[in-house]
Amino acid sequence: MANMARSFLQVAATEEVASPLRVVQIEGLVILKIIKHCKEFSPALVTGQLLGLDVGSVLEVTNCFPFPIREEDEEIEAEGANYQLEMMRCLREVNVDNNTVGWYQSTLLGSYQTVELIETFMNYQENIRRCVCIIYDPSKSNQGVLALKALKLSDSFMELYRNNNFTGEKLREKNLSWVDIFEEIPIKVSNSALISAFMTELEADSPVTQCDYDRLKLSTNPFLERNVEFLIECMDDLSMDQQKFQYYYRNLSRQQAQQQAWLQKRRAENMARRAAGEDPLPEEDPSNPIFKPVPEPSRLDSFLITNQISNYCNQINGVAGQSFCRLYLMKGLHEN
Amino acid sequence: MASEHTVLQFSSSSSASLSAKVHPLVIFNICDCYVRRPDQADRVIGTLLGSILPDGTVDIRNSYAVPHSESSDQVALDIDYHHNMLISHQKVNPKEVIVGWYSTGLGVTGGSALIHEFYSREVSNPVHLTVDTGFSTGEGTIKAYVSVNLSLGDRQLAAQFQEIPLDLRMVEAERVGFDILKTTMVDKLPTDLEGMEASMERLLALVDEVYKYVDNVVEGRVAPDNNIGRFISDTVASLPKLPPTAFDKLVNDSLQDHLLMLYLSSITRTQLSLAEKLNTAAQVL
Repeated sequence: MANMARSFLQVAATEEVASPLRVVQIEGLVILKIIKHCKEFSPALVTGQLLGLDVGSVLEVTNCFPFPIREEDEEIEAEGANYQLEMMRCLREVNVDNNTVGWYQSTLLGSYQTVELIETFMNYQENIRRCVCIIYDPSKSNQGVLALKALKLSDSFMELYRNNNFTGEKLREKNLSWVDIFEEIPIKVSNSALISAFMTELEADSPVTQCDYDRLKLSTNPFLERNVEFLIECMDDLSMDQQKFQYYYRNLSRQQAQQQAWLQKRRAENMARRAAGEDPLPEEDPSNPIFKPVPEPSRLDSFLITNQISNYCNQINGVAGQSFCRLYLMKGLHEN
Repeated sequence: MASEHTVLQFSSSSSASLSAKVHPLVIFNICDCYVRRPDQADRVIGTLLGSILPDGTVDIRNSYAVPHSESSDQVALDIDYHHNMLISHQKVNPKEVIVGWYSTGLGVTGGSALIHEFYSREVSNPVHLTVDTGFSTGEGTIKAYVSVNLSLGDRQLAAQFQEIPLDLRMVEAERVGFDILKTTMVDKLPTDLEGMEASMERLLALVDEVYKYVDNVVEGRVAPDNNIGRFISDTVASLPKLPPTAFDKLVNDSLQDHLLMLYLSSITRTQLSLAEKLNTAAQVL
């Protein structure tokens, strides 16, 4: 009978098969809220919490609320936690889904791949089995692009991060390269029928929208310039990191050479001792400083920088592609 | 009649020039609250937040629902909830203040006057926004009102709700794209180039339409309209007049700049994947 008396919670915990997260389904309301918050405070970076439901392989995001701008003060931090609880309580009272599914944050030109992001992810992941981070880029939106991305950390990366194991050997064992840190999850947008009706009603008759104007603007150079600037900075960081590795490898090979020399000496000595009929000395000596392993620098930083660089490259490609379209369009117009 | 000194007067406070502007988020929020309303409630009401622009327009940018209960002759509003929520919202954005309140349903109902009075104590001259979520007239009517006091001499007779013009142009929604907000389900967000393609297609359709119109006018099938003609000539004139060589140079320079950028970013990417391979190779050795 004791077996029968398992609580519902236990049953749920044991019998649930974790299906992988396939799609993030966002309500139009959430998109507008995120955009409003991020844009109003741009260029300052802001965050907020996502509320919703976890249904099978789909994570539904049905509401969200912004966090006040964080300040480095203990007292205010405690107040922030209070704010969060208060907000959740209030929203529950008007029947909003009261379940945290992740958070959103704004970014500048897609420079979000940082250690802090990973740490926040780990914090969230401890409490919520499945969570996502939605990233919105206000600077890119001025080009007429809806720059919304849903990210999560890959499982294999999380395991490594938990053990703080970023040596080359472990990474090779897991077959993890820099592209495998973040997983981008496809976004679906859903709206209630009521909203759909209102928007159809309110849509302007004019066939041209603000979005088209933004897209057809010819001046993308400032955006491109800043992208390249950021790229150059990242390159510097990467080369610094590479130097660290070179230093490590130099140290490692020097140490190995020393070890070899020591071993040969010891062997020769042992040979002599054996010839003299004495017991050989052990071939290892833990007390000798040359056997102390050289600490290997973590590869996390270089991985993140690499991610960042490839992100900038993608953005440059995207903007350049759009610009080509625009330029050819201008040319066509002019010739006519 | 002339000897009577009491005059029926509408004391309006600059309501003539007052107008309001609504952020699409507010409409979304109201609809969402309506969908999630408690079983027995017929309508939802809530607070509108925003600011008053320098030209006197009330800019409604945010909203939150306030739980309430309504019976035939009285309305109970959860005032604590309203204040808590207000404090929370102001922590995030202190610039947004109360500008009025909203209710679902068509037009103003009896209980509205009481609620409006409450909001008048929070802010002077609040705006009342009604959103007809029931589509009772067959279309989603959204209206804004201000209250005007009707007094006979010194005696308050009643409050009259006066409709004010409401700006429903939704630039923010256009930025996101109505294609995404209009349908109940979108499977994929458009990428940079897909968006570009859609814009181009629309532009092309517009150009075609103008062509057709001009052809029709020239051939006498359509009566010419001077206004449209002026718009078209303005549009054509807005193209900068450049000698072809200068224009070609401009375009080609730009093209080359962008090609260079593309080349650089490709090199960088190649470099990255090369480094990745070399790194693994170095570890294997």
